[in-house]
Amino acid sequence: MKFIYWIFLFVPSIVLAGEWSGYVEGQGRYFIQDALDNSQSDSTLSIAAQPEFFHRWGNDKQSLLFIPFARWDSQDDERSHADIRELIWTYAGKGWESRIGIGKVFWGVTEALHLVDIINQTDLVENPDGEQKLGQPMIKLSLERDWGFLDFYLLPGFRERTFPGENGRLRTHPRVDVDLATYQSDREERHIDLAVRWSHYIGDWDFGLSHFVGTSRDPLFMPALNSSGETVLAPHYELIQQTGLDLQATKGDWLWKLEAIHRNADSGSHNAATGGFEYTIVGISESAMDLGLLTEYLYDDREEETAPPFENDLFLAFRLTANDVDGSELLAGVIKDLDSSAALFNLEASRRIGNHWKVSAQARLWFSIPQDDPLYPFHRDDYFEISLQRFF
Amino acid sequence: MKLFLTTLLLVTIPLAAHALTPEERGLVIAQEIERRDTGFHDFKATMTMLLKNKHGEESLRDMRNQTLEVENDGDKTLVVFDQPRDVKGTALLSFSHKTGDDDQWLYLPALKRVKRIASRNKSGPFMGSEFAYEDISSQEVEKYTYKFIEENDFEGIPTYLLERYPVDSNSGYTRQQVWVDKEQYIPLKIDYYDRKNALLKTLVFRGYQQYLDQYWRADQMFMENHQTGKSTLLSWKKYVFQAGLTDGDFNKNSLKRAR
Repeated sequence: MKFIYWIFLFVPSIVLAGEWSGYVEGQGRYFIQDALDNSQSDSTLSIAAQPEFFHRWGNDKQSLLFIPFARWDSQDDERSHADIRELIWTYAGKGWESRIGIGKVFWGVTEALHLVDIINQTDLVENPDGEQKLGQPMIKLSLERDWGFLDFYLLPGFRERTFPGENGRLRTHPRVDVDLATYQSDREERHIDLAVRWSHYIGDWDFGLSHFVGTSRDPLFMPALNSSGETVLAPHYELIQQTGLDLQATKGDWLWKLEAIHRNADSGSHNAATGGFEYTIVGISESAMDLGLLTEYLYDDREEETAPPFENDLFLAFRLTANDVDGSELLAGVIKDLDSSAALFNLEASRRIGNHWKVSAQARLWFSIPQDDPLYPFHRDDYFEISLQRFF
Repeated sequence: MKLFLTTLLLVTIPLAAHALTPEERGLVIAQEIERRDTGFHDFKATMTMLLKNKHGEESLRDMRNQTLEVENDGDKTLVVFDQPRDVKGTALLSFSHKTGDDDQWLYLPALKRVKRIASRNKSGPFMGSEFAYEDISSQEVEKYTYKFIEENDFEGIPTYLLERYPVDSNSGYTRQQVWVDKEQYIPLKIDYYDRKNALLKTLVFRGYQQYLDQYWRADQMFMENHQTGKSTLLSWKKYVFQAGLTDGDFNKNSLKRAR
């Protein structure tokens, strides 16, 4: 009974005291080529909303952040989905910080691939680039010392990766059936994962060293029959240990970046690394525009059958930042497989319209992907995307 | 008497024999500006930028600023954006230095990513405004060399007119002319000359208020670009000096918490 009173007294006062912001979005995707499978659509419209509630109290030492997210997609039932991106209470002590709830954490420095980043599961139906993440339940303790930050994570509750449904594009053939997910751990998605990260900076150098023990965010796939007798891929989540290093040297107009991981699992151990630079030409041809040139090499030592798409690849890109009132930006790049003809082209552009609107465009094109390439299922999924967001 | 004379000679002769050069006099004034603005420890304030292009179209930026004075080095600053809404929660942490590049980290809330950024780009527009990062970052004596030009008036207020020359080769300016209030040692107006030594911008400080009986801050800073016809009015509000900020309010964790 007391608890009920608490809810009625405390929750409304918090909701009234805090501030709401966020966005709603309309998005269209157009796929240039016919799909491999007749059931897949050639274009899709979707709407999404991501409100944010934030309240700070106790001399700014404590805060509560709540970010729910939902998308409705006209074609793909799996892409119509909702998630709690964040629902987290933060307490800032003197020389330490704790976070408890559902949260989001990013580790890393490189642009083409995020090897070291491992806390949050990828919300793959949102974008094939893997940069959209699902909220992760966590208890985090961060110690702020002269010799750097030491962050401890306790991660109860595993999130399965999302995959496009039967009618969706950008999927494997056969499709992944998330209902058939299996785990190495007997506790399945209730396995408690642990992570620790030490990060620091000395002069121009920023670095982080991390270790993760728990269920892999990247599933293995096994062919299986689902309940309707359809051949599908069943995701299997192994237990892994991963040690990661991220490093950046900021030398004038040059950013030198490196991410490297070593991962151990029953299915084998492997090493992977991404490294390169971003060089910025400030004020090109006496304008206010900056031009960034990005080059990264992507390496993974796994053998043929288990090799990921980017195991000996070169990423080349440029980033144009207009520095104008509308915050116009353009990032265009290609990831080229050095062992085959395969190439992936990527373009992202955005600008503001007034103080509350933003328009973004994306294009992803796959070029001459050989049949044995892990990206082959997507080779006819070249697409253009346009989004309009209203922020409030 | 003889002793008195000797003392007098010792004191006056070196001064007479060695009148300050315009460079020395300029430096002395710059040092006095800094001396009078030292010891505030920390402050918090909100910043609003009203951007206007030559057609009169307006755009708004809202930010919160907190600054910590660092002894024998540049200040530490944390700026959080509230407007435009698409960058809400984006925050910039800067450790400025008397010499060399500043250390800067940018927090992108959508990705939860903290990026160390190249701070050499100090001449570029700050958030699309007419202010460059170097115009609003911690103004340290060591960042320029100086030359005293003349004593004159700015809008009826007696001033020293100085010229200062950025030490950093990445600055967007060849020189700046600064009108300094003779009594309070605060800048009233700055003319910025671009790399071709043409007049680029003029900054005028208005509505100076004194805090803690010592530190003068302008309520408004109006920057006009003579070459593009654009302007930015930067308004400072809600100044709180000695708000109790410490080093712990200026690190990567507090950058992520700032929002």
